[in-house]
Amino acid sequence: MPLLALLAKEPAHGYELKILLEQIFGEAYPSPNIGQIYVTLQRLERGGLVASQDVVQQTRPNKRVYELTDAGREALATWVDRPSHGPRIRDDFFMKLALSPLAGSTDRLALINRQRRDYLNQIRSLSALASVTEPGIARLLIEGAMLHLQADLDWLERCQEELV
Amino acid sequence: MIGVGATHHGATHHEADLGQSVLLKASGITKTFRADGVSVPAVRGVDLVLRRGEFAAIMGPSGSGKSTLLHLLGGLERPTSGEIWLDGRRVDGLSQAKWAVLRRRHIGFVFQFFNLVSNMTVADNVELAALMGGANKRQARERRDELLADLGLSAKADAAPARLSGGEQQRVALARALANRPSLLLADEPTGNLDSAGSQSVLRLITRAHADGQAILLVTHDARVACAAERVISLFDGMVADDAAMRPPRRPPAARPSATLPAVLRLRG
Repeated sequence: MPLLALLAKEPAHGYELKILLEQIFGEAYPSPNIGQIYVTLQRLERGGLVASQDVVQQTRPNKRVYELTDAGREALATWVDRPSHGPRIRDDFFMKLALSPLAGSTDRLALINRQRRDYLNQIRSLSALASVTEPGIARLLIEGAMLHLQADLDWLERCQEELV
Repeated sequence: MIGVGATHHGATHHEADLGQSVLLKASGITKTFRADGVSVPAVRGVDLVLRRGEFAAIMGPSGSGKSTLLHLLGGLERPTSGEIWLDGRRVDGLSQAKWAVLRRRHIGFVFQFFNLVSNMTVADNVELAALMGGANKRQARERRDELLADLGLSAKADAAPARLSGGEQQRVALARALANRPSLLLADEPTGNLDSAGSQSVLRLITRAHADGQAILLVTHDARVACAAERVISLFDGMVADDAAMRPPRRPPAARPSATLPAVLRLRG
């Protein structure tokens, strides 16, 4: 969907989309794999959401430029208008915590402490990144991640109260 | 100083290495409050070693005893049992008057609600602390000017504290706490009453004090504040549940595959 949104403004080729994603979301966001972008674009094209054509370049190989179709524009509008559900109920750590006794591990405090250290170190790294990131979309992404981690830490405390 | 702290204070190594680098040592301290015949244990046996120049944060849910612990270590409360050593000297049995002298000379305190003297100017609040810490008049004034300039408060020197924003008042409180060049800075939720910009400015200054070699023990419920420290102690039910050395902050490598990234950084859709 982010690719559809980027194509809504103007047609682009795969590498341009990769650069745009990096510029908008900054260093915290995993740099998109160019191969993955091409695979996604092909999938979107099969689904009729984008169309492509080869553009002849004089000094370089031809490049394939993608543009949004009417169906793509509609899919994008639907995506934007729909509230997003986070998958926070499917939490891998919580599964471990809940099921660890079945796996023969009874030390839930050790599990919680390890997870807490990991969250704290993540916040520490994000905080360092935030301090060198200009205000804007990229910084908001980092701040959001830090707030989620803060909530995860609060929730760890709840788990500790109930289960340890 | 930072490097030394980061490598030496592994979670389980405190007892092994009690050389001269130890600034503060608490062993087996407890505090039980009694009211109307009911006793409420707030701190239930805490061992803690803080080295010179070390910056540690104490986290924990409300009621976990973190503020009480800080008050015990700063002599604002007397422990029910256990020992506290500061600078190689046992201090848990000191009288209130002796504690007051010790604090004026060796400990800086920052609280959530600033606690500035409201009918004195910003400058006088800081100068008074330096005077009480044993500086003469000229030294106190120099220290005052140096700190206010350092904390970006020179322009507000003659203002009453109430005219300042929360963040600025807390910076004055920090200047006051550092006026006597304390060997230990104790901070109790120093950003608890500040907006995000105010928190950031106070945190930056605390971090800088640490970089200058200041030992700091900071109580907070905010993980973003705690992560400025190189060590995080988790308190639970009046006991230490974990004591963790933080990794040096690491910027996530740009080419890391998204599958291994924390879920909080993955965009969905």
